[in-house]
Amino acid sequence: MPFKIVASQCTSCSACEPLCPNDAISEKGGSFVIEAAKCTECVGHFDEPQCVAACPVDNTCVVDTSLPRYQAPA
Amino acid sequence: MNAVVGRGKYVEAAVDGGKMKSAAEHKGCRASANTGQASCGSQAGQGDLPIEIWEKVKNHPCYSEEAHHHYARMHVAVAPACNIQCNYCNRKYNCTNESRPGVVSEKLTPEQAVRKVLAVATAIPQMTVLGIAGPGDPLANPAKTFKTFELVAKAAPDIKLCLSTNGLALPDHIDTVARSKVDHVTITINTIDPEIGAKIYPWIFFNHKRYTGIDATRILTDRQLQGLEMLSERGILCKVNSVMIPNINDRHLVEVNKAVKSRGAFLHNIMPLISAPEHGTVFGLNGQRGPTAWELKALQDACEGEIKMMRHCRQCRADAVGLLGEDRSAEFTTDQVMKMDVQYDLDMRKEYQSRVDRERAAKVAAGQKELAECAGEMSAITLLVAVATKGSGLINEHFGHAKEFQVYELSTSGAKFVGYRRVDVYCQGGYGEENRLSAIMGGIHDCHAVFVSKIGGCPKSKLIEAGIEPVDQYAHEFIEKSAIAWFKSYLDKVKRGEIQHVQRGGAAIRQGSGISAA
Repeated sequence: MPFKIVASQCTSCSACEPLCPNDAISEKGGSFVIEAAKCTECVGHFDEPQCVAACPVDNTCVVDTSLPRYQAPA
Repeated sequence: MNAVVGRGKYVEAAVDGGKMKSAAEHKGCRASANTGQASCGSQAGQGDLPIEIWEKVKNHPCYSEEAHHHYARMHVAVAPACNIQCNYCNRKYNCTNESRPGVVSEKLTPEQAVRKVLAVATAIPQMTVLGIAGPGDPLANPAKTFKTFELVAKAAPDIKLCLSTNGLALPDHIDTVARSKVDHVTITINTIDPEIGAKIYPWIFFNHKRYTGIDATRILTDRQLQGLEMLSERGILCKVNSVMIPNINDRHLVEVNKAVKSRGAFLHNIMPLISAPEHGTVFGLNGQRGPTAWELKALQDACEGEIKMMRHCRQCRADAVGLLGEDRSAEFTTDQVMKMDVQYDLDMRKEYQSRVDRERAAKVAAGQKELAECAGEMSAITLLVAVATKGSGLINEHFGHAKEFQVYELSTSGAKFVGYRRVDVYCQGGYGEENRLSAIMGGIHDCHAVFVSKIGGCPKSKLIEAGIEPVDQYAHEFIEKSAIAWFKSYLDKVKRGEIQHVQRGGAAIRQGSGISAA
């Protein structure tokens, strides 16, 4: 399951965008969005998802439960 | 209560007239007021500053109290992201009605920012300084910050560049800062004790991880002090900002002051906490109060020594434009800037600035002449006076139109700027607002006199009733010169027994509505 950004809570501060190791984050219509296909949940990159760690608003970068968890390539 | 505190010792603040306004009394939000700076020695600018530092700061409104009457600065909001969270901060990116550091009307790209700089430089030739101060942290947005500096240095080489940071990422970028021709850096250091820090900073983002509690504040403190040392080694001028938070770090700031002084900071700016509930900060929502004007001044006085204290900071927005104490950012929105015909005219700017310099020299000379005539006067009396001014070091504002009053401490050694008090404008559409008048009087309650260019009959008599002498005989004259002349006549009256000198009580720091950034 990749992460997603709760648009209604996103302040569009841009903290997450440059930190994403996969360049999955971009600005759209006043808030930032995560491209699900690119999100690796930071597995293999960092100990914790960078968007979650840097976001100033709690519970704004959250797991997208509608999609399967990210699987690291074998 | 005595409004003048002995220097060099921190006096436990007694309860005075400065009560926080209740939320119900608020009609929106505006930065709290009152700070200031020890001007160098007396009021004459360079004072005891080494010549090489004076050369760097003499036209920098945030680094020289004397310059702030004459020169303007601007901030461009290219750095929205932040790498730490402070309990006194809540960033807003499309807000026009609050005046505090984390707030801007619109975020800018570096290209938009440089266009805005050129537009302002043309419209306000006394704008000499460009700062990047947020609304997040400039060094958490290094690409945008340094790109902006690069573009501005190319397009407007005479404008000084400065940045204001929390210091966490400073050691990583120190060489880029040095290369960018940034010669003024401000680091916000609120504590050097991680235990205290844990009450101010809920978390930091460092090295790809979020840290909380003591772990976070230990890292932050180490990095801040390391960054300060690195700046000093490279000869980059550094000011330290500290937010005074009563019962959390207020007494500890004396230690912070010593620590930053020993590491080469040249100016220390202790600002009052802004914590109106409507700002939505953790402190605001928890009812953490800000300091009173008297508490703030007592702490600033206690810290005053080898390092100069800045007392004229207006805690401005990250997109402020204009002289400190005024805000012209609304004239320079991206839409408007794009429509402007921008011709960067360096010669015009230089000529304008040399005119300003001549004005300044005349002002300083007048103050010194008046002081010389005062020489030989011996009196232990010190008192505060409030001044309504629009800038240029003149008493040139009507009492009813003043958005703030500048406060000077008068003694036989001269007039020293010690802060300012923000107020709601008394005169609305030609009529005075009575309840506003009492709020204004609360804001300058510790002053013996208020100097104005003009004042109506009603407020005049109310002020006299409250024991504050309204003085309009020095309209459009220089502040220091007039204040010293008035003080001389005050001392004469005391000597002749016509009046009896009494100390005046404390005053409130105003947190109110409406924007008056700077």
